[in-house]
Amino acid sequence: MVWKTSDYAGWGRVLTASGELARPERARSLKAIVADTTCPAIGNCRSYGDASLNDGGRAIDMTRMNRIIAFDAEAGVVTVEAGITIGELAHIFAPQGWLPAVMPGTGFATVGGCIAQDVHGKNHHNEGSFGQHILSVTLLIGEKRTVATPDRNAGLFRATMGGIGQTGVIAEAKLQLKPCPGDVMMVTERRASDWDEHLAHLDGSQATYCVGWIDATATGSTLGRGIVEEAELAAGLLPKAKPSKSVPLDAPNFALSAPIVRTFNNAYYRRVPTSGRSSVKRIDDFFFPLDKIHDWNRLYGKRGFYQFQNVVPLDQAYALKAMLKEIAGAGLASPLAVLKRMGAGRAGHMSFPMEGYTLAVDFPARDAARDLIAMLEDMTVDAGGRLYLAKDALATGPAIKAMYSEHADWVKAVNKVDPDHALETDMVRRLNLREAG
Amino acid sequence: MTTKQNQCWIILGATSSMARAFAQAVADQGASVILAGRDMDDLKRSATDLSVRGVDAVAMKFDARDSATFKPIITKAEGMEGVINAAVFVGSMPPQDDIDANPDLIEGVVKDSHTGPATFLSMLAPIMEERGAGTVVGVGSVAGDRGRIGNYVYGSAKAGFATYLSGLRNRLTRSGGHVVTVKPGFVDTAMTWGIEGMFLVASPQKVSQDILKAVEKQKNVIYTPFFWRYIMLIIRHIPEIIFKKMSI
Repeated sequence: MVWKTSDYAGWGRVLTASGELARPERARSLKAIVADTTCPAIGNCRSYGDASLNDGGRAIDMTRMNRIIAFDAEAGVVTVEAGITIGELAHIFAPQGWLPAVMPGTGFATVGGCIAQDVHGKNHHNEGSFGQHILSVTLLIGEKRTVATPDRNAGLFRATMGGIGQTGVIAEAKLQLKPCPGDVMMVTERRASDWDEHLAHLDGSQATYCVGWIDATATGSTLGRGIVEEAELAAGLLPKAKPSKSVPLDAPNFALSAPIVRTFNNAYYRRVPTSGRSSVKRIDDFFFPLDKIHDWNRLYGKRGFYQFQNVVPLDQAYALKAMLKEIAGAGLASPLAVLKRMGAGRAGHMSFPMEGYTLAVDFPARDAARDLIAMLEDMTVDAGGRLYLAKDALATGPAIKAMYSEHADWVKAVNKVDPDHALETDMVRRLNLREAG
Repeated sequence: MTTKQNQCWIILGATSSMARAFAQAVADQGASVILAGRDMDDLKRSATDLSVRGVDAVAMKFDARDSATFKPIITKAEGMEGVINAAVFVGSMPPQDDIDANPDLIEGVVKDSHTGPATFLSMLAPIMEERGAGTVVGVGSVAGDRGRIGNYVYGSAKAGFATYLSGLRNRLTRSGGHVVTVKPGFVDTAMTWGIEGMFLVASPQKVSQDILKAVEKQKNVIYTPFFWRYIMLIIRHIPEIIFKKMSI
């Protein structure tokens, strides 16, 4: 059978969908399915909200379309079926001296998903976004198959990068990989005792990869404290892989209650000595630290969680500090919070990045968290910043449209290739994204 | 686990997800693979995929209903050094209702699931005997353990194939070869996607790891996942007088 009625959810597990899924295993079947029913494609559903959901409709699960179609070992150019994951690409190519130029925080993200969200990594300030390393993308709508590159069908290409799947089923993509000297990372961790020091570390970093873990529960004089991680690719001996674990059941609600998170964060901060430290890590341990714990999203219990991620321009750092103050004061944050300085690199109309600072914080799904996130959304608009569609579950359409200045161009492009609105998802409907203004 | 240099696996029906997972698993151990099946475009993709992962892989045409496609694969295998192994993942399962409406379909099911691969293996057996080594993995089905109203034509073809494998094991064991009969329960593949009543569904990766272990330990007949042995034990022991009235 082609279609299977399934229940599925965004990674935050708050938003869910029920509908028919197809899961093709061959290019031939994918083509036949799209020709018969054009509908959104989904990957490993690592977007936190509803970007990968189509409740009551159909969707194509791309996870079995996961092969490498061609590889030019001289140029480091690889063509893949869009369901292959970033983790798998890193695993295959790092020993051969190549790595995806941009890797998001989870190796389980598929290439199709990374394109649809134009994801960024810990090297965004140097390498830009994922879409900037895509040489071509093959899109399917109905019986039509279109190849778009930065030069050919350039408008469509731009609408596809970060285009949350609205320009067609992303079937294949050609990626420019980045040479890597070996498959280990030399990582330096340094404490930052407060907001100003944290920003100073991020601003002053010369490292290829740089990211800050932030203690979103610290208040007062320690507001904004954290650990700045800088890393370089290196050749060396591999530390032994730690076996992966999984979370077997939904954790009780108190597991991430305020006192427990504060205690954990304090210990996590102090684990790095005051003088800092350097160590050698495996590539996947550095890039995908949480992938070792399968289904870690269950730690938030049955009700699920939200991840808030925004970016504000460089000169709005003080506004971001004000937001962090609200977050820390609310006492709702989880241990997972990240601060990073971004470059200007972005590949599409709806790409998230802008030059500035990005903050990502998880909150267990509660009314107080929803209220807080609504306030943060307003503050982000005021600061001229943006919310990240890969994470969003709560924003409002007008706010998102105000944040993305090229939204109207994008609408024009996607409505041209999908006039029947066959590719709309729950997110697109919630935010009314296919309508300008 | 020892690396399997100088091992070649011929994989019949290599487009299925179970076969792909198995090909990847033997390739990870250093074996070369011949991916054989009907959809050459798809097989070439898989061969490229494995090649980039550092595996010696080629795609060849195999159609269980066209014995002319058998010989080139045998010839290719003959030209390779080392141990030749074969894994058979072919088979077809049209809905029983379609078969009831058009009994002519039975011939195709039997060719796909039994006589085609059996003919191929009988052509390959002399090479394995001559080299005094090699393993055949024959993927049957729990459906072959007892005829049920829902898919007894497919089941009977798989039962016939299982009996063939038992005989081939008897034959090859004399020259140092071995045959593993694999009876998977429900596996999460395109064939079972969306079919109602599936339970305890195993991933193709899990099944392929089970098969690999069985090859290494020279098991004769395995059920995968293992608990199907007990499920089928019960089903086989239901007296016919009761079974004939059941629809499971």
